[in-house]
Formats: sequence, structure tokens, C-alpha cells
Amino acid sequence: MFDLLGISAPAFFGQLLIGVINGSFYALLSLGLAVIFGMLHIINFVHGAQYMLGAFTALLLLNYLGIGYWWSLLLAPLIVGAFGIVLERVFLRHLYKLDHVYGLLLTFGIALVIEGTFREFFGSSGQPYGIPPELAGVQNLGFMFLPNYRAWVIVASLVVCFGTWFMIERTRLGSYLRAATENPALVQAFGINVPLMVSLTYGFGVALAAFGGVLAAPIYQVSPLMGINIIIVVFAVVVIGGMGSILGAVVTGFVLGVVEGLTKVFYPEASSTVIFVVMVLVLLTRPTGLFGRA
Amino acid sequence: MEMKLLAGPVVALALIGAPAYAEITGDVVRIGVLTDMSSLYADNTGPGNVAATELAIEDFGGEVLGKRIELLTADTQNKPDIGLSVGGRWFDVEGVDVIAGASASSVTLAVQQLAGEKNKVFLISDAASSDITGKACNANTVHWTYDTASLANVTGSAVVEAGGDSWFFLTADYAFGYALERDVTAVVEAAGGEVLGSVRHPLNSSDFSSFVLQAQSSGAKIVGLANAGGDTVNAIKAASEFGLVQGGQKLAGLLVFVMDIHSLGLDVSQGLQLTEAFYWDQDDKSRAFTERYKKKMDGRVPNSIQAGYYAMITHYLKAVEALGSDGPGDAVVAKMKELETDDPLFGKGHIRVDGRHMHDMYLFEVKAPSESQGPYDYYKLIATVPPEKAFRPLEEGECPLVKN
Repeated sequence: MFDLLGISAPAFFGQLLIGVINGSFYALLSLGLAVIFGMLHIINFVHGAQYMLGAFTALLLLNYLGIGYWWSLLLAPLIVGAFGIVLERVFLRHLYKLDHVYGLLLTFGIALVIEGTFREFFGSSGQPYGIPPELAGVQNLGFMFLPNYRAWVIVASLVVCFGTWFMIERTRLGSYLRAATENPALVQAFGINVPLMVSLTYGFGVALAAFGGVLAAPIYQVSPLMGINIIIVVFAVVVIGGMGSILGAVVTGFVLGVVEGLTKVFYPEASSTVIFVVMVLVLLTRPTGLFGRA
Repeated sequence: MEMKLLAGPVVALALIGAPAYAEITGDVVRIGVLTDMSSLYADNTGPGNVAATELAIEDFGGEVLGKRIELLTADTQNKPDIGLSVGGRWFDVEGVDVIAGASASSVTLAVQQLAGEKNKVFLISDAASSDITGKACNANTVHWTYDTASLANVTGSAVVEAGGDSWFFLTADYAFGYALERDVTAVVEAAGGEVLGSVRHPLNSSDFSSFVLQAQSSGAKIVGLANAGGDTVNAIKAASEFGLVQGGQKLAGLLVFVMDIHSLGLDVSQGLQLTEAFYWDQDDKSRAFTERYKKKMDGRVPNSIQAGYYAMITHYLKAVEALGSDGPGDAVVAKMKELETDDPLFGKGHIRVDGRHMHDMYLFEVKAPSESQGPYDYYKLIATVPPEKAFRPLEEGECPLVKN
């Protein structure tokens, strides 16, 4: 067996794989943020809370209605997405003409209110949510045990990320969307209902966060704090990838998951800061981010 | 003019005579509860600490020596700078006489020094570092519920005795984690075991899979969790998911509380051995207290930290009553050490010169789902460890107060 920088190859590959798993969550969440920022120019700070809401919706569906994981994977994004649309109609729509900072402050405030409310009712340490029985168990890969559920997370995240990218960059609907952000007045003149499209886009971005939340529920505790823990990292991912760049968000999400994973081996103390170090370096050399357009 | 001339001697007399009179500064005893109200330790400390303090004040009828008792609370977010700025404001501006707290060990060690400088009283139940009654000890502090040395002595010894002689630690990267790893290492090595390595993870980590993998490749028999709260919960979940126990290794949760078990569920946590100083279902007195606590806390049960708040506030108020004064801080703490402690939750005990409260510690095992009668029926008692075995001997702590 060969050694890589002082750790054995099996351990190295194991850590690489874990990096990819965590990267799946970063990619999924930063994708939603990128869609919302790219199309609406709103810095959606409530994204972490919406991710948390996705997980809690799955938990509540299970506890009160007996609805299991697979239906939750569909229903929770719809429910939370609908909540997002209400949020957009009632609050965000008034802010499009103002500076970005207003949207940021409003969504940050809403996030604090939602998270505080959930903490009041559910406490800080969270609730357990079981892994669906179909995905229980582990695969012995030789160099590590890979839980089946984690493998599913990678697949689900890749499919959703690719699908979203394809829809926005390669379909007619996507071209309407992109046109509407460039010149809403003109697109509206062609008879397309731009405000409705904007609302649906926001709802879709929020639904992505909720989908991430349901995926995360069996791995982490379903806790009111789960969004706060991840949102700052995800913002760094979006900034590194280039604000609003969909491909950038996805690729950067996976890459940074791996970078963070390897840091946990070589210098674990820095694993919570390494992403911000990368962010500083990227901003110094490429202020628009790796995939951003100036 | 004459008034001014008189003032000097009168003040001097008053100062000399101070402890002899019923002297409550500002005619009110102000208790400040400074704890983690919102972050990863909030369920183990936080609002529950406040509820337990309120119960202690209620049992004094809301007043001591005929003066009102007032309660203030604040959130440290586990950040030492926040703890220090709130503590400083409370002592200097808002006339707080005693702080009970103060969430993480890092915050607590900072506030401990502050209380010494301002000569106020600092009562500790949340924090675990054994340095509080060791190198950092001062005459203004009482450390009530537990510390890293007692966790090491009770859980650590039990695990080594059961054959767990090689260890790998997952350690929270701050004062508490270091102290716990150090104290458990000492116990393991004294019993002839060895420590194969450790990994230090940032406080409040959400994903432990990478650390669990490192623990698995270490080949150690025991993976010791030198962390707490949400970190321990996440580590146990990741270990269960990645098949750590199926791989032949065992987890030792070094600091686990009843709410952590509640949050994990018995399926994942059954069989885990842990040390606590109090269990709500211990006897009639603890159950009676729990009933009152539940009414304030939405049906949750108290853990040892929260029970510690009730006990230490009660003892503090007794000492103020006996002394006839709520200051200066070192005099009140000296009175607390002089009086024997006696309360419904911790029974009879005393406070050592280094500030450590001496009481029994308990080794519990988490019940299997089939053994549990319902929510919060989680522990069975394995062993009761007397104080002199549970806590570090006085002379080994390097507390400056002991040398004098």
C-alpha cells in the first residue's frame, strides 16, 4: 500500500468520498441560492432556515400524518416552496428595485424569526429521523464502509443539480427566465407573465433548499440550528463560484466539500475555516468568483 | 463642613463593622444567570438553568433577610468575549452580586477571573474543565455539579475495567475538550491502557463522518467522545451510520446528558454508559422537583447541570442569610464553604477549599427501547461512586488556595 502525504491510501479515498458527500449538500444549497440570485437578484439569507424547514416538514409529516421519507422528499419541497412563494409575494417583491442590502437584511431577519420560533418549540438538540429501511445498511468498499444512504445522497444531488442546470440553460422555459432577468419589460411585452415567473423561480429555489433538508434529515439531527450551521459556508461557496452562476455553484460545492474533507484529516482544527480562506484567496485574485462574469 | 469632617470616621466605622450588620447592597440580591440560551448546549443548560434558579428563589419566598431577590439572564453564545462583556456590565453597572453560569469552559474560565478581580461570587454548574478548581481556582468560585476529572474517574475507569484498554479521542477543540482528554488519558494510562491518537474537531461541527473514519482506521478498541451537546449527538449518529460498533469498536460518551439521549433516541444510544451527578427519577425528592420543573419547561426533565443550579443557588442564599450580607464575594464564598450543604437533589455534602462541591457521582447505562417505560425513562444505575473516589484529590489540583 502506498501512502499519500502521510496517510494510507484507503483512509485517503475514504475522506475523499466523504468530501463528495458533504459537497452534495453544499452544491444543492448553493444551487438554490444561485438560481435565486441569478434570476431575482435577491441575496436569500433565509435559505438556511428553508433547508431546516424542509427537514422539519419531513419530521412533522412522519410524526403527525405517518407519511414516510419518499413522499416527504416530494411533499416537503412543495410545501416549503409554496411558503417561499407567499414570502416572495408579500415581502420580497417590494424590494427588487432597491439595493441588494435590503433583501439581505429582510431575509436575514425572517431567518432569525423562523429559527427562533422553532428553537422555542423544539429545543436546540434536535429530533431523530430514521434512515428509510430501503437504504439502511452499509457497503464494504474495501477501504471504508459506505452507508447506502450516503451513496443515495450523492446520486440524488447530482441528478437534481444537473436537471436544474439543464432546465435553466438548455430549455425554452429557461431562456424565458434568463430573458426576463435581463429585460423584464420587453419579455412582458411578448405576453409572458413575468411576475408569476419570478414567484415560481423563487419558490423553486426554496424547494431546492427544502429538498436538501429532507435529504439531510436522516444524517443529521433535525434541529432548528441545522440551517445556521450550514448557511454561512454555502454563501462562501456561492461567492467562490461566482454570484448567480449555476454551474459555478454546483462545481464549487463539490470541490469545496472535498477540500474541507481533506482538511479534516491533515489539520482538523482548521476544517471550519478553510472554506473562508479559499474565499479570501479567490476574491483577491478573481473578484467575480471562479465562474462569475464581470 | 462639620458633616464632612464626621463623614470620614463614620465611613471607616461602617467598613470595619460591615460583616456584622445585615448588609444587602442596593437592598436587593441580584442573581445573574449567564449561560448558553440558544446554541448547541442550550438544551443541556439554557432555559432549564433559569427555570431551576427560579424554583430556588421561589423556595426562599422571593426574598432573603427581608430583601428582594432579583433574577437577570443573558446568553453567552459560548463566546468568551460576550461572557466577559456581559459579566463586566452586570458587576459594574447593574449591581449583580452573583453570576451563575457560564456555558462553555472557555467562557467560564474568563468570567471566573473577572469575578476574582471584582470580588463577586461566581457559581458554576455548566462548565466541566477541572482547571476551574485547579490552576485557575480562586476564592470567589464554587464549582458544583461535575468536572472533567470526575467524568474520567467514573466513566473512564468503568470502561477500562471492562477491557477497553486502547483509546482514540474525538475532542472538541477548546479548553473543555483538552481538559477532558487529558483527564481521561491519565486514568486510562494509570490503569495500564494506552491512547493511540486523537482528532480535534471545531466546536459545533455538523458532520462527524470524517472524524469517525479516522477513529475507525486507528484500530482503537474505544472511541472516546471528549465533546458535549450537539457535537456528541452528531458524533454518535455518524458512528452508528458508518458501522463503527459493528466494526468491533465501542463508543465512550464522556459527557452525555438526558436531553442528548432524548434527542438521539434509544435505538441509537442504548447500552451507552455515562456519568451524571443527578437523575430526575432517582428518588421521591428528585421526582417532586422534576414535577415542578416540568411545569416551567414544557414537560422536559432536568439534568444534573440544571439540578445543580437549584442546589447551588439554594446554598448561596443560605450563606447570604447566615452571613447577613451579600458581599464582598470572597466572604460569601467562605461562608458557603464553612456551612455544610444540604438540599433535596444532591443531599448532604460540603464545598472544598478549592471550590469543588463534593457529592456522589453515578454511572448510568442507557436502557434498551424494550426496558424503557416511556419518554425520559432512559437510565439504569450501574454504580454509585463516593465523592472522594469521583473527584480529584485536593492536593493534585495545583490550586493556589490549597498551598496557602
